[in-house]
Amino acid sequence: MKDNERDILDSLERSDYKYGFTSDIETELIRRGLDEEVIRTISEKKQEPEWMLEYRLKAYRHWLTMEEPKWAHLTIPPIDFQDIIYYASPKQKKALGSMDEVDPELRRTFDKLGIPLEEQKALAGVAVDAVLDSVSVKTTFRETLAEKGIIFCPISEAIREYPDLVKRYLGSVVSYADNFYAALNSAVFSDGSFCYIPKGVRCPMELSTYFRINAQGTGQFERTLIVADEGSYVSYLEGCTAPRRDENQLHAAVVEIVVERDAEVKYSTVQNWYPGDKDGNGGIYNFVTKRGLCRENAHLSWTQVETGSAITWKYPSCVLLGDNSVGEFYSVAMTNHFQQADTGTKMIHIGRNTRSRIVSKGISAGRSQNSYRGLVKIGPKAECARNYSQCDSLLIGDRCGAHTFPHIDSRNSTAVVEHEATTSKISEDQLMYCNQRGLSTEEAVGLIVNGYAKEVLSKLPMEFAIEAQKLLSISLEGSVG
Amino acid sequence: MLTVKNLHASVGDKEILRGINLEVKAGEVHAIMGPNGSGKSTLASVLAGSEKFTVTSGEVTFLGEDLLPLSVEERARRGLFLGFQYPVEIPGVSMANFMKLAVNERRKYLGKEPVGAAEFLRMMREKSAVVELDSKLTSRSVNEGFSGGEKKKNEIFQMAMLEPELAILDETDSGLDIDALRIVATGVTKLHTDRNATIVITHYQRLLDYIVPDYVHVLYKGRIIYSGDKSLALRLEKEGYDWLINEYGE
Repeated sequence: MKDNERDILDSLERSDYKYGFTSDIETELIRRGLDEEVIRTISEKKQEPEWMLEYRLKAYRHWLTMEEPKWAHLTIPPIDFQDIIYYASPKQKKALGSMDEVDPELRRTFDKLGIPLEEQKALAGVAVDAVLDSVSVKTTFRETLAEKGIIFCPISEAIREYPDLVKRYLGSVVSYADNFYAALNSAVFSDGSFCYIPKGVRCPMELSTYFRINAQGTGQFERTLIVADEGSYVSYLEGCTAPRRDENQLHAAVVEIVVERDAEVKYSTVQNWYPGDKDGNGGIYNFVTKRGLCRENAHLSWTQVETGSAITWKYPSCVLLGDNSVGEFYSVAMTNHFQQADTGTKMIHIGRNTRSRIVSKGISAGRSQNSYRGLVKIGPKAECARNYSQCDSLLIGDRCGAHTFPHIDSRNSTAVVEHEATTSKISEDQLMYCNQRGLSTEEAVGLIVNGYAKEVLSKLPMEFAIEAQKLLSISLEGSVG
Repeated sequence: MLTVKNLHASVGDKEILRGINLEVKAGEVHAIMGPNGSGKSTLASVLAGSEKFTVTSGEVTFLGEDLLPLSVEERARRGLFLGFQYPVEIPGVSMANFMKLAVNERRKYLGKEPVGAAEFLRMMREKSAVVELDSKLTSRSVNEGFSGGEKKKNEIFQMAMLEPELAILDETDSGLDIDALRIVATGVTKLHTDRNATIVITHYQRLLDYIVPDYVHVLYKGRIIYSGDKSLALRLEKEGYDWLINEYGE
């Protein structure tokens, strides 16, 4: 290998996580470990109705019969599920009336992350439901949304205030028995967001939720439920950064989306949780179940930019149940150092004329392993279903790995399924060209990677796309000698 | 501006440059010619700082500074420009974005403020006109889907944007049709002043009809075996290199 290339690799490996800080906020914890008593405590702390507790217990009892999935191309250290604290919430003395009453330390944390929770967001037209650890601290724009009949609130509040909606939809897309982590989440989820867009309503702003893991040794189990009723539209943004930790932290979120007839949902994620240090110590384990159900003519689009976490296990999927429904998946997954990612999507075509499109861009650097895993399933009734998949891998250096596991299962002869895949490396000639125009190698790598990911980044809402671009460059940053 | 003394360079254990001596002053145009494999492109790459080659001995000073310890980008920021024989494609990176970074790196080195958006757009328009480059191309990705001629025009466009002290053009005329050759060559001439210098590497005299050289050097087996004025190029065109090689080659 050329010196130049070695330098780049070395510089990549020197680059550290930039958002590694912790904030000192008093945190209320419950005891370590998991049993029915702990679940009852969580349910009680959240003042939940009896049916919710029953749901949790059912999930827990089912979870006990399950085993961790082993099929992913991941090396997962054993996780002691009894050594995790399942509930933590920032201690607050009284209910908050305005932003001024929010703990200044907490506000500083948000500021460091560049989350403008305050008035700027109003100008930007974004409503934020900020989640620090497990309890939603502040929800804005509720009134504006309420005028349109849109509900956007912490899920614990929805359980108390809109029990009929929650009861009807919770678990309807991702059942508590779906998989090991979904079952665990169903049993212990502490908070998350609930969003309901009524019939024919176009949500006037991007909805966004920032998640952040803060208390050491506490797993976070977020639950998101989005329901877009007939003919409605919503664009939902989820962004994550987490502080540096030495101890591995488990995260098992569930996102369920119901897209009713003629409705459209765009769900965008920028994920930058602490990936572990350059020697592979620490980092977040991210085991996420994300799935949406599309009725007739419905449209669901997942866009994700994944740069963080030590281990990522995540397959945002679309169940195309209704005729003429459309599912899309646009993904950039970047891994560096010793990160491992096994991510992709499932497109389940059930209805007629259903269409899906998959664009996956993997970027591997350092000694990381990056896998795309996808399933395109065409059911026997899915006449004229159509899928197009494109899976590209970009390798930086010669110590990382890129893997592609596409599965196609077609039961209908009228379906058309296409799959394209490419693997490329950043060439020395490209670097030389950029260097000769005065760009440093680091700058050049950032530029080339962003160019490579452009097709996906362009699917993100504007302000998120800029954030994501920075993130890709930051994740590859380091000083070149 | 540029002084090259007894420059030796190799790739692996194969020596390609075997004692180059060259003096280029501001306001001059030098043409480097020579048969295939004589080391012309290697000389260009070595001056630009490519790490594919190892400099084994010799000295190079550029604007009074020792060039050899500097990285490729440090040389570029000081005003050394290489027009590539085979410009690479960088998918997804717009020319505008790419050029803005490049221009600002150069300005930063020169102690100037980053270029403003309006001024930059004006520069892009003005400079793309120098080589009659379709301004639409500047909103496309770097060299992606460009024809051979457009790629070469794009090199000269970038040269115009960066205003280098020394431009080394490596077979900029190769693969160009007659009209494109005229446009590219005229563009280079327009950019020439008495404060900058150009080294053109070429196989053909026809380029030198437009870019009139002060000196023509013949490179053979890693050495400059003969230097003359522009009439040398005309003679080479007619008679080839054999007479020179027989007399001055080893």
